[in-house]
Order: sequence, then C-alpha cells, then structure tokens
Amino acid sequence: MADSIGLEVSRYRPEDDTVPRWQAYDVPLRTEWTILDALNHIKNEIDPTLAFRWSCRMGICGSCGMNVDGEPKLTCSAFLVDHAPGPIRVEPLANFPVARDLVIDMSDFMEKLPRVSPWVIRDDEQPVDDGEYLQTPEELDAYKQYSMCINCMLCYAACPVYGLDPGFMGPAAIALAERYDLDSRDHATRERLDVLIEHEGVWGCTFVGECTRVCPKDVDPAGAIQRYKVKAATETVKAWLLPKGAR
Amino acid sequence: MSTPLPRTYVRPVSTWWWVRKRSYFVFVMRELSSIFVAWLVVYLLLLVRAVGRGGAAYQDFLDWAASPGMLVLNLVALGFVVLHTVTWFALTPQAMALRAGGRVVPPALVVASQYVGLAVVSAFVYWLVTR
Repeated sequence: MADSIGLEVSRYRPEDDTVPRWQAYDVPLRTEWTILDALNHIKNEIDPTLAFRWSCRMGICGSCGMNVDGEPKLTCSAFLVDHAPGPIRVEPLANFPVARDLVIDMSDFMEKLPRVSPWVIRDDEQPVDDGEYLQTPEELDAYKQYSMCINCMLCYAACPVYGLDPGFMGPAAIALAERYDLDSRDHATRERLDVLIEHEGVWGCTFVGECTRVCPKDVDPAGAIQRYKVKAATETVKAWLLPKGAR
Repeated sequence: MSTPLPRTYVRPVSTWWWVRKRSYFVFVMRELSSIFVAWLVVYLLLLVRAVGRGGAAYQDFLDWAASPGMLVLNLVALGFVVLHTVTWFALTPQAMALRAGGRVVPPALVVASQYVGLAVVSAFVYWLVTR
C-alpha cells in the first residue's frame, strides 16, 4: 500500500474568489483514517485556512456531509483506503450554495424543515401527571425507521429534483413529516398534508431514488415520499367522492 | 470601512447532469419510456380502429406495421416498455408498505406477484386472440 494519497479539495474564499478552485494536498494513507481525518490532518499540519464542518466523528451529528468523488457522503464514515489510489475529490455538498471552502449555506433546509411541523402535535394535551403517551412495539415500529434521520442533507445533495428546483421541499423534510404522521401519539396528519400536497411538496418528487441510496441511516426517504403520495391521492379522491362528514 | 458581506457561490446545474451518473441516466430513460408507452397505446387504438373498419383496412394496417420504419420504432418502443415495466415493478415495494397478518410482506414477494399478474393477463390475452 502506498504511504500517501492525494486529495483535491474545492476551495472558495468569498472575499477573494469569484468561483471555487481546486487545491491539491498529500496526506498519509492510513487504513484507519477517514476523509474527515485527512481533512483534519490538512487543517492541523498543512493549511490552517481550510474550512469545513464536523463534530462527532461517528455518524451521529450529520455535520460532515460532503461530496466525495461526486457522491454525497459523511466524511467521518468514508475511508481513505476505499478511495485509493486517489486523488480523492472533496467538494461541498452538491445543490447547496457554497459559503466557504467545504462549508455550505444550509439556510434553505433550515427554513423548510419547520414547515412540516416535525414534532408531536396533540388534539388535546394530557396533563404531565397522567404520565407518558404509551405505545406498543408495533406502533413504534411503524415510524422508527424514519426517526433515524440525522438531518445530514446528503439526500438533498443526491436529489436532482432539488438541484433543478430548490423550491422542492426535499427528501428529509418529507420523511420527517411521515415519521410524525405514523406516530400513534400525533394528530397533525391533516396539517402536514396541507403543506405537502402542494406542487413543491410530494408531487415535486419523480422517484429518482438516490436519496434512499445515499442515506447513511437507511431512512428510505424515497419510500416515505411515495407513501405520502398514496396518502395525498387518497385524500383528494375522498374529498371528491365523500360528503364532508364521512371523510 | 465596512467589510463586504460574505457571498455564497451557487453552482450551476449542467444540462447534462443526467449523463454523469448511471442511476441518473436510468432514471431519465425511465421517464422517457412513458412516451413510448403512450405511443403503443395509440398503436393499439389504430389497430382496433382498422379491425373495426373491415378486412381491407386491417390488411392496410398490417402492411403499414411491417414497414421498416415502423418495425424499428416498435422495437425501440418494446425496449423502453420492458425498461418501464422492470423498473416500476422493482420500485413498487418501496412505494407500498404492505402488511399481512401483522407482518410486512417481503419486497421480493410484491415484485414476484406483479410478474405473476403480468403472466396471467398475458396468457388470458393470448387465449382471447388465438381461440
């Protein structure tokens, strides 16, 4: 095994650059090193001006998502040896504006997420003294997969629909809407449907399926969106066919 | 002197984004296949109309259908319809979370049942046409 590997890193300094440029670095090729370890090595030993986001180093926080050789990945889970012999191209997550170097501007996602009310909403809150809202294991299973989302935005970087139309609500937000809809403690399905039934909600999705493929937590946003479409279509048909009281 | 606000850089999306990744290419071909599905519906309606108009019209239709241009078009259309069928059948379990007897129906069973359905309908149509 070679003892070093090349990294081509996208650099963008808004105060000086009009477009991003590539900068090459050589880092030690160690079996236990991830791309994030290599970036930290560059930052600590070679070039302290390199900017990137990271936090937990163990695939939980969702901060270190970048495009590695064109694929959206958590850099803390992508190993150098899997990309050998290199050079490895590291870019900011696709489809988002670049703020600096490998740092994206995520304000669009932060604005979209609360629109689907990703929290439990009750028709009537029971007093705290009455204890928890209990669930059976089956009721937990119904939404557990979708609750694994860590908001890393890899799915947005993989989604060509979001790339072409940034108005699209996007995979993670819709999967999270589904997560709360399927939760037996929640009663806000109607409110979320009103948001997602719009053109830029679920109907923007053309089922490319890349969001599911890149998801590091096996959330399957594409599946969630298609199930949401079935729900939205059923509601529309019901609205046509049934009298108001029976819906 | 005030510092200028940081400017974000918005990367342009190339017109050819869909040829850069295999999965994107297959997706665009799957979308494109709808045009050929629509064509085969029109073709079937033209066949029905020719049959309805009698023997001479039917013979004209057959001659037209056997022309080289139509053969090539229909072969291409067949390829796209196969792609359409295979890809959508494969995606069905993802879109439909079926449960039976408290358990999730295995995805392979959902896909297999669609092929069985296709075979049954095809056999019925074959019987109807050749009986």
